[in-house]
Amino acid sequence: MENIQTSRAQLRRRPRVCRQFTERFFHGLFLMLGLVTVGCVLLITIFLVLSGIPAIRDIGLFDFLLGDTWESTAQDPKFGILPFILTSVYGTAGATLFGVPVGFFTAVYLAKLAPLRVKSVVGSAVSLLAGIPSVVYGLVGMLILVPGIRTLFHVPDGASLLAAIIVLAVMILPSIIKVSVTALEAVPHEYEEASLALGATPVETYFKVTAPAAKSGIAAAVVLGVGRAIGEAMAVMMVSGNVPNMPSIFGSVRFLTTAVASEMSYSSPGSLQREALFSIALVLYLFILLINAALNFFLKRSKEG
Amino acid sequence: MKKITTLALAALTAATILTGCTQKTAGTVSTDGSTSMEKVIGALGESFQEQNEGAAFTYNPTGSGSGIQAVMEGRCDIGLSSRELKEEEASQGLTATVLAYDGIAVIVNPENPVADLDTETIAKLYTGEIENWKDAGGNDAPVVLIGREAGSGTRDGFESITGTEEKCQYRQELTSTGDVITAVAQNPDAIGYASLASVKDSVRAITVNGVAPTEDTVKDGSYVIQRPFILVTKTGEELSETAQAFFDFATSADAAPLISGAGAVPAN
Repeated sequence: MENIQTSRAQLRRRPRVCRQFTERFFHGLFLMLGLVTVGCVLLITIFLVLSGIPAIRDIGLFDFLLGDTWESTAQDPKFGILPFILTSVYGTAGATLFGVPVGFFTAVYLAKLAPLRVKSVVGSAVSLLAGIPSVVYGLVGMLILVPGIRTLFHVPDGASLLAAIIVLAVMILPSIIKVSVTALEAVPHEYEEASLALGATPVETYFKVTAPAAKSGIAAAVVLGVGRAIGEAMAVMMVSGNVPNMPSIFGSVRFLTTAVASEMSYSSPGSLQREALFSIALVLYLFILLINAALNFFLKRSKEG
Repeated sequence: MKKITTLALAALTAATILTGCTQKTAGTVSTDGSTSMEKVIGALGESFQEQNEGAAFTYNPTGSGSGIQAVMEGRCDIGLSSRELKEEEASQGLTATVLAYDGIAVIVNPENPVADLDTETIAKLYTGEIENWKDAGGNDAPVVLIGREAGSGTRDGFESITGTEEKCQYRQELTSTGDVITAVAQNPDAIGYASLASVKDSVRAITVNGVAPTEDTVKDGSYVIQRPFILVTKTGEELSETAQAFFDFATSADAAPLISGAGAVPAN
């Protein structure tokens, strides 16, 4: 037996020498391509840390993170980014508050209740929503939402945190819906059949059996939405008024992203203003790292569960 | 991690595409800078290309600060600035040549009955001293101040001329002239400022100290809210032949009608 096996292996090996080489070559090539991505992440991280630290050191960590005044171009400049941090947190939380219920129920409907034709129409609408560029969201918000809020709530001007929250809520819908649908559809049918066999109605089953079984995946969907909301710049820049005030629902506010985007092109190189903008980017980056860590945590749990 | 890596890759691609203007090569003129100068420089570039076959002209609308940085770093031939050079910029070996003057129009919604304001009242409006239009000759309605972001050439120009630096109580700080016009057109109580060249019919430019913003009044100085459009070059460093030809053309009398056509007032 042994003899036969070794001779077979030898037979196989000979014509494979060439094949093995190409195999190895492509293996190496793909590895290198993979490393390009890793290299980019490392490069950006190192760059952000290196360019973000000096200003924080100059200004002082507490004055920077907890200062409530941002006057970057004043004679006596102040670089406090607490208004931006709070705005980003409130804005994202608000968008989640509006977006998650709508997204979740849409997902349950699409995954479980919708007839096939409705599902395909709504499904492609959701995909389309995901593909609309953020500047278009901003433009529609600026032309319809902002004047709408102004007349509806009788405030002097509609560009506000509320407008940004609404735009963000719509923008995060696709990620929430798509990931939730996948999670809900992955729940084994036996669970549902067992529940139905015990006399539960379909809707009871979906909310008491399917949804809890898919909760890690749904949590991942929410975190993904949060990640999109906190990183959005263009659309919120156009509807939020963009003034560095402490956040209030009808007040003009500036987000972390827009703080960087709106001043970067005009800040003079090497100035403390530009360095402070990099520091804001660093803070934003840390936020996004946190969100990604949370996402990984939920995804891992959903795989294990 | 997957999300970050995708994001990072996208960012890097975008960065490569968006980085500054093209390298200097013979036969090309690259300009970089003020977004307010787009119309003027676009008209000049187009005409220059027509007259000089084979010459390539590029303009990168990045903002005055970026344009000045680009010329300093040698990433473009001519930097475009819609504000005077700052001391720290001028001291780094840059020369400024005034190409034209731009009037900054103060704009209100067409529904607003206010037709004329003096500079003092404009300053009071923008610093928040006057909060209601009725104190400035208008309706009983709150004043909504629209402006540009910190560092914008238009904002710099407006605030330094009206003496309201660091004191403006903006309701909205927008990042482009077009956005300011849209915002003012959307809100009957809004007041904003924008390059004279970009003012559209959707908003109304008011007269300042009784003088309407027109080319003549900007040129003779009677309209006070105005700023220079500047070509920035390296002191003592020769431009490439094509770039020099463009520079000479832009500052010549031949270019004047093009500059006026683009809504600014030629300096030469």
